[in-house]
Amino acid sequence: MKIKRFGLPAIALAAAGALALSGCTSGGSGSTGEAGSSAAIVSTNSTEPQNPLIPTNTNEVGGGLIIDNIFAGLVYYDAQGAAHNDVAESIETDDSQTYTIKIREGLKFTNDEPVTADSFVKAWNYGAALDNAQLSSYFFESIEGFSYDENVEEMSGLTVIDDLTFEVKLKQPESDFPLRLGYSAFVPLPEAAWEDIDAFGENPIGNGPYMLDGEGAWKHNERIDLVVNPDYDGPRTPQNGGLDVILYANVDAAYADLQGGNVDVLQDIPESALGTFESEFEGRSVNEPGAANATITLPERLPHFAGEEGKLRRAAISHAIDRAEITEVIYSGTRTPAKDFTSPVIDGYSEDIPGSEVLEFDVDLAKELWAQADAISPWSGSFQLAYNSDGPNQGWVDAVANQLKNNLGIDASGAPVPTFAELRTSVTDRSIQTPFRTGWQFDYPSMVNALGPLYGTGAGSNDGDYSNPEFDALISEGLAATEVEAGIEKFQQAQEILFQDLPAIPLWYTNTAGAWGEQVDNVEFGWNTVPLYYQITKSE
Amino acid sequence: MAGYIVRRVLQVIPVLLGTTFLIYFMVFAMPGDPIIALFGEKTPPPAVVEQLRERYHLDQPFIVQYLYFLGGIFRGDLGTSFSGQPVTEILAQTFPVTLRLAALSVFFLMVAGVSVGLVSGLRKGGIFDASALVVSLILISVPIFVVGFVAQLIFGIQLGWFRTTVGTGAPTQDLILPALVLATGSFAMIVRLTRASVIETSGLDFVRTAASKGLSRKRIVPVHILRNSLIPVVTYLAVDFGTLMVGAVVTEGIFNVPGVGRTVYQAIIRGENPTVVAFVTVMVLIYLVVNLLIDLFYAVLDPRIRYAK
Repeated sequence: MKIKRFGLPAIALAAAGALALSGCTSGGSGSTGEAGSSAAIVSTNSTEPQNPLIPTNTNEVGGGLIIDNIFAGLVYYDAQGAAHNDVAESIETDDSQTYTIKIREGLKFTNDEPVTADSFVKAWNYGAALDNAQLSSYFFESIEGFSYDENVEEMSGLTVIDDLTFEVKLKQPESDFPLRLGYSAFVPLPEAAWEDIDAFGENPIGNGPYMLDGEGAWKHNERIDLVVNPDYDGPRTPQNGGLDVILYANVDAAYADLQGGNVDVLQDIPESALGTFESEFEGRSVNEPGAANATITLPERLPHFAGEEGKLRRAAISHAIDRAEITEVIYSGTRTPAKDFTSPVIDGYSEDIPGSEVLEFDVDLAKELWAQADAISPWSGSFQLAYNSDGPNQGWVDAVANQLKNNLGIDASGAPVPTFAELRTSVTDRSIQTPFRTGWQFDYPSMVNALGPLYGTGAGSNDGDYSNPEFDALISEGLAATEVEAGIEKFQQAQEILFQDLPAIPLWYTNTAGAWGEQVDNVEFGWNTVPLYYQITKSE
Repeated sequence: MAGYIVRRVLQVIPVLLGTTFLIYFMVFAMPGDPIIALFGEKTPPPAVVEQLRERYHLDQPFIVQYLYFLGGIFRGDLGTSFSGQPVTEILAQTFPVTLRLAALSVFFLMVAGVSVGLVSGLRKGGIFDASALVVSLILISVPIFVVGFVAQLIFGIQLGWFRTTVGTGAPTQDLILPALVLATGSFAMIVRLTRASVIETSGLDFVRTAASKGLSRKRIVPVHILRNSLIPVVTYLAVDFGTLMVGAVVTEGIFNVPGVGRTVYQAIIRGENPTVVAFVTVMVLIYLVVNLLIDLFYAVLDPRIRYAK
């Protein structure tokens, strides 16, 4: 996952959306070659990377933007979230458990070291080893030999066959493994990294379309300058001369700079401009559902939310929330009402999964279900929804609370927690005694990414301690499938179970919202809400 | 005089020790685990969290953590941020920026505030005095973020006289607009203080004596009236300078100034304790030094004040 603490996440575009978008962006100007100058530097907004620029230790958007652009992984994602080979020549498997990966010959890092099988295996082993405590270590947990109990220097599941070939053996079959390989934690690292990993984190050496503009290009809290890597040979060839990543403390300042012409591309829109940015930057903005969603988690351990009574109450609450009204009034249409537990930009998405009617606004049904639950055990107390007040949450939480109050006739209110850290701490140690807000930003464009880690029994981010053997079985079957379509069918069936149990109530998808200036063209946002910077052209 | 300065400087030591302890304790007592927050909405594997706690000594009791911190200070090591940047480097980067911003702002206040106040005081009750009162009252009653956003919109975006936000390296010409915005907050105070003080001084015996001696107005106003009216103004300006030095979170945010306020705010949100403690400690130090300088400056303005014993 890429954490975004400020502003709005960006997005994956559905095929139709992408067509419409490219229609807008190329309107009036010529083709890529004519419109842009290959030497022009494109500037964009971002935030100070929270951690050193080590791929396996980067899990938030500020660092992710840099890693994704200065490294090339085995595969990359196009705007629609489909994975294509980049460094990989081929990724083959017969059983979805053992993968043979061949990499292209002649590729090198910007310090002229060759990219070999070793570059991947060493980097993955480093990222997985417990002693290194990397923030993205859990990405390697399905590889054979991975352990949270002891430090493993070399995972038994990784075998180098020759310079350009290695084999990955997983603990169990996982058909979406190749899809994950485009995530930034899986990129290769040069030998130079192992000499001094701390120094490397400050001045990383990659193999991607861009590279840092010399030592010290990361000017903390101010900017990070990237230039084109002349040796990059791959599908993401830059159409511009480089990227100036300007670091902002808040998106409002970035928006003012876009208005003032000091920055070319904005990958976030501040709350204050949500209602106006599309008219102000007409034809030069994007607002489409993205690969992130918002939910309310209701742990079963809370009184009144277990068993049959709990199911009725969850469904009643879901029916009592008017999602369309909140996304329109509070978010000016920069959220899209949820129809499932994943996201419209993910392959296999469907808004007609049986059981998804529970997401429809229906006051009468909500009242009826609530009354049925009361017959089992009368409701007492008030409904409180916990949220972190250092983020832009109060508006929607109060709106939801008011709708519950009016539509169910119960006492409901928001329960603000001062900081994000405090909210997550009480969620993690299970001391929280109320329902709470949750959200998920996809790590990689696969439906199961928003299901298994969140609702699987004992899974890492299963904050509500949900457990249903049927659900677990369907997820395993889907992962073991060798055909993508068969896997998706299982994941959709797994969602049917979620709609019955409602361990969390889906609210809406976060839209990719961004805008850009007249001087740039061919701006397209990727599935993960970040622009595909290498495609952008700029006139001088 | 020298003895006085030495005593004042020595006083700084216990004050600093006490403050770092208090600040460290407050930061320690802040609810929420910064390590868990590093993982965002994802729930981290407990084993990895343990490792990270150990690395940052977060698994130790408070007093042990504080001793680690104190030990670090004596070695000139204030810790590192999560992004691996030494806190000393962050200090060296941000304080000069904020210093320039604060100095510029105080300069504008001095020039504009004191001259408007002086004229108002000398022509008490006139049209200039009345209009200065109205303008300064408007400025003082508008919150600074409104002034900031409006100034940015008009002078940055629409007129294009200034860059909308501060560019790389915070060049001084980019700091002019934020400094002016910061100055509006205290402008009214300076005008009122100067005016009142000038009116009071003008009525004093020595001014009348100077006038009856036949001294020109040109000599009386700056040397006799203004100089003797400046004590309260200078005190206020110095305190204001201290406040500006410890960061103007709102203004620095609006104009994206890579200064102290923005950095501390971000560090608090991210739970980067070493950064927060180091910055607040330096802020306390600055406050103490500025106050010492004010006291010494009094003696220059008013020779009757002596710091002998």
